[in-house]
Amino acid sequence: MDLSLSTRTEGDRTVVVVGGEIDVYTAPKLREQLIDLVSSGQYHLVVDMEGVEFLDSTGLGVLVGGLKRVRAHEGSLRLVCTQERILKIFRITGLTKVFPIHGSVEEAVSATE
Amino acid sequence: MALVELSLPPLAAHVRTARLVVVAAARRAGLDDALVDELRLALGEACSRAVGLHAKHAPAAPVLVTVADDASGLTITVTDQGPAAEPTSGDLARDMLDSAGDDAIDDVVDPDVALAVLSGLVDDCTIEHTGAGTTVTMRWPLPPRPVGVGGPGATQVSQV
Repeated sequence: MDLSLSTRTEGDRTVVVVGGEIDVYTAPKLREQLIDLVSSGQYHLVVDMEGVEFLDSTGLGVLVGGLKRVRAHEGSLRLVCTQERILKIFRITGLTKVFPIHGSVEEAVSATE
Repeated sequence: MALVELSLPPLAAHVRTARLVVVAAARRAGLDDALVDELRLALGEACSRAVGLHAKHAPAAPVLVTVADDASGLTITVTDQGPAAEPTSGDLARDMLDSAGDDAIDDVVDPDVALAVLSGLVDDCTIEHTGAGTTVTMRWPLPPRPVGVGGPGATQVSQV
């Protein structure tokens, strides 16, 4: 399965719904999406990863890149993920300490620092 | 005995090809379902690292992937012809924050981060640098086979 992307606005947050496989081939699409959002002034992002079937370190790199971009505008990037196989790579890389990871979009949208 | 040998053009799209083929071969060899996800991720890391290195340093050379099984388990190798890895600082999250996203063109993860992920992910993983490149070897245990299966004239008693 390829990568699917869609966005919607909830309050002052932009929710990016990601599905399918994020790897070295598809990650550039996600990177472009995040760059476009930041370029258009959306600095508070929630990336919903519940539909992601595969994520590797290339995908992590894109998320980290997105985090750095929103931080440059005092924004935020929150993740929604409950899948153990996806969370595992965040733990191995120590990125669980870098990203706020939430159990639902509702929780991520209402979260504050 | 090698079950599968792949010679992949170093294109990002073929990392998925490699994942699909190797996962299918591993399942056929009897790898436990619980380990298949780990194998898929590890193989993906090893191949995307290799493909990234070849794109920069050896675009004409293929990345080689082998899958073999024997009594000791399933062995997968990924061989590239890129330069050897540099040691990482040990703080992967910090390395990634430092390297990713400085400009819009390239926030691809450092290939050495992929190796560090592999080491963290796979219990039995060796990384050997040869003159020509790097071979990543990963091993997983296979469940014991019922006696008699697979021998000449043997009756197939295990589920396939």
